[in-house]
Amino acid sequence: MSIAITSPQLKENAAEALKDAQLQEALAKVGPGFIGKRAAAAAAMPEFDALRDSARDIKNHTLAHLDLYLERFEEKVREAGGHVHYAVDAADARAIITDICKRLSAKTVTKGKSMISEEIGLNDHLEAQGIIPVETDLGEYLIQIRHETPSHIIAPAIHLNKRQVEADFRRVHTDLPADRDLTEPTSLLAEARGELRQKFLVADVGITGANFLIAETGTSVLVTNEGNGDLTQTLPKAHIVLASLEKLVPTLEDATQLLRVLARSATGQDMSVYTTFSTGPRRPQDGDGPGEYHVVLLDNGRSAMLEGELREMLRCIRCGACMNHCPVYHAIGGHAYGWVYPGPMGSVLTPSLIGVEKGANLPNASTFCGRCEEVCPVRIPLPKLMRHWREKEFERHLTPAPQRYGLKVWSFFATRGWLYRPATRLAMAALSLLGRSKGRFSSLPLAGGWTKYRDFPAPEGDTFQAQWRARKASSRSNAA
Amino acid sequence: MTSFTGPASSAHARPPRVGLFCTCLVDTLRPSVGFAAAKLLEEAGCEVDVPRQTCCGQPAFNSGDRATARALAEQTIAAFESFDYVVAPSGSCAGMMKTHYAELFAGEPDGMIRAEHFCAKVYELVSFLVDVMGMTSVTARYEGVATYHDSCSGLRELKVKDQPRTLLASVEGLTLNEMADADTCCGFGGTFCVKYPDISNAIVGKKADNVVASGADTLLAGDLGCLMNMAGKLQREGHQIAVRHVAEVLAGMGDGPAIGVAKKD
Ligand code: SF4
Repeated sequence: MSIAITSPQLKENAAEALKDAQLQEALAKVGPGFIGKRAAAAAAMPEFDALRDSARDIKNHTLAHLDLYLERFEEKVREAGGHVHYAVDAADARAIITDICKRLSAKTVTKGKSMISEEIGLNDHLEAQGIIPVETDLGEYLIQIRHETPSHIIAPAIHLNKRQVEADFRRVHTDLPADRDLTEPTSLLAEARGELRQKFLVADVGITGANFLIAETGTSVLVTNEGNGDLTQTLPKAHIVLASLEKLVPTLEDATQLLRVLARSATGQDMSVYTTFSTGPRRPQDGDGPGEYHVVLLDNGRSAMLEGELREMLRCIRCGACMNHCPVYHAIGGHAYGWVYPGPMGSVLTPSLIGVEKGANLPNASTFCGRCEEVCPVRIPLPKLMRHWREKEFERHLTPAPQRYGLKVWSFFATRGWLYRPATRLAMAALSLLGRSKGRFSSLPLAGGWTKYRDFPAPEGDTFQAQWRARKASSRSNAA
Repeated sequence: MTSFTGPASSAHARPPRVGLFCTCLVDTLRPSVGFAAAKLLEEAGCEVDVPRQTCCGQPAFNSGDRATARALAEQTIAAFESFDYVVAPSGSCAGMMKTHYAELFAGEPDGMIRAEHFCAKVYELVSFLVDVMGMTSVTARYEGVATYHDSCSGLRELKVKDQPRTLLASVEGLTLNEMADADTCCGFGGTFCVKYPDISNAIVGKKADNVVASGADTLLAGDLGCLMNMAGKLQREGHQIAVRHVAEVLAGMGDGPAIGVAKKD
């Protein structure tokens, strides 16, 4: 489904998420589930950090010559009998895809997991045109039948638990016996398989994303753990690859280097279960494969990001490690971020794609703990890029007034030491007197954000600088 | 006896002159951390002074106000330029000064060179004692079971991890019980904790649970901001865990009132 933007209400979204016991139960598993596995995979590979450097360099090189590689890619896709379509924005991409579907009189479209599809709101659009989209990744299928959006870029239904899935299956799969046993995850999986198998066979068009696009060969690369991507792209009349510009890499060798850091960073696997390379439509000698092969290359603001500081964000290979390690994501989950991309990568990307006016809350809602940057396989300095957005927000006077005012008063004093030091001495003397009996405050004027949940310590007394100088003076006079 | 290894301590013909950047939080709220830091530095053989100072500029920098951050960086650099080293009892402020000052002078070659010169001299207190001064143990006593929280900037920007544990191991009477997720953020994040109090509270809530589960009676860390956040949460929840800056314990000054605890009259 297409996504209404609620990023400006991040605080409200977060408050809701924090109250949602079921969600909190699901989120409690994110850290333990991913962090240890990635750490073990990284530790098992002595050259892992060197590979990350090389992954960063491959992406940097590609971005520096993106125009050349795009041309090369297009040429190679054409040679293999496929088509490349450039989409400037979401509407453009939707129109290109619907045109292909209509030309083929498509009634149903199977889909592999694609965040770009979410970004352009493809499913709603297809439905409006009378074409039925069927998500075939289990997580995507679950959120589709719940009319929800993904809450994680590689685990879209991570916010759900088994009980909810069972209830949804009973609600939607009404042709199956009501007394069937769905208590085991395997039975849920088997039921989803059965449902989807039919859909694969009747689909007219298959749409997938791509993890990489290889310029050297005109190949799209897709990794999945379920194999649904393969059925989506080989069975129907046409395979449409929907991908954004920055998925390009120069060579097969580059793609395999990036694959080595991708799954390890994402799930701690050495490789995902399925890694599929697709080049062009079925050839006469092939036993199967789609009759048509299209690549829709989405820009949607990315070429603008190429110039300037945000370019580094275009290295992202969508592994999800940054959100898996993010304390804020662990606390509020993906939906609270209010658009397609959550977590640290979303906090950088979202303002570039929907505008800083709507997206500014995201880069602000970070503690800058730096753990995302520490694990990012392509070494994107995520805190630095979030700070970039805070600067843009500040420059454009979009910072909320109380915060802006507070900052102004503070900087007035902090940049005037001669005023700052006596002022802090006075303030601390007063506060320490007030808090003397308890040693702390459970409420303080102007500090409600703090004292709503925490006590605030009373200052010890005079400032350190004043005490230091007094001691120095007295030791000097003693010496004299 | 406080002891040292390696050439670090003997390499200086005269005692290194250290400018103590006390940090605005220590300056205003908990001066005893500043005195503990000065004591440790002096024990390590440094000559310590505290030039007039305000703030390193991080709140402005992280709020997107580069102009103020640059002004404060300039002010700090000028105040500390004459010292051999600039040491702060905070990974966060030291990280700001060491890893971010230079970028504030982008496009100003002279300012940039001056900043880079300054950055090279900046250290977080405990890592300075161990890595630069070669300290391997301290002379201090503290009766208790402590757990240590790795504050984010110190850990990730300055690689402060083993140094405090090395020195804590030499404190008589102290046992260190590691908590789960010691290297996960406490939810302070500077202005983050007041801009997004609900999220911050959820994060510090988990941290408090881990502290309590460690069985420690004392929580230590190297950053007063994080310490106040965790102390405030533990106290609000009614826990009796003493929260202190690691420097207080290392300097043998862990007998005063803990953070947020009243002085005994
Ligand atoms: S920003 Fe880095 S860690 Fe996050 S999804 Fe992208 S590649 Fe992975």
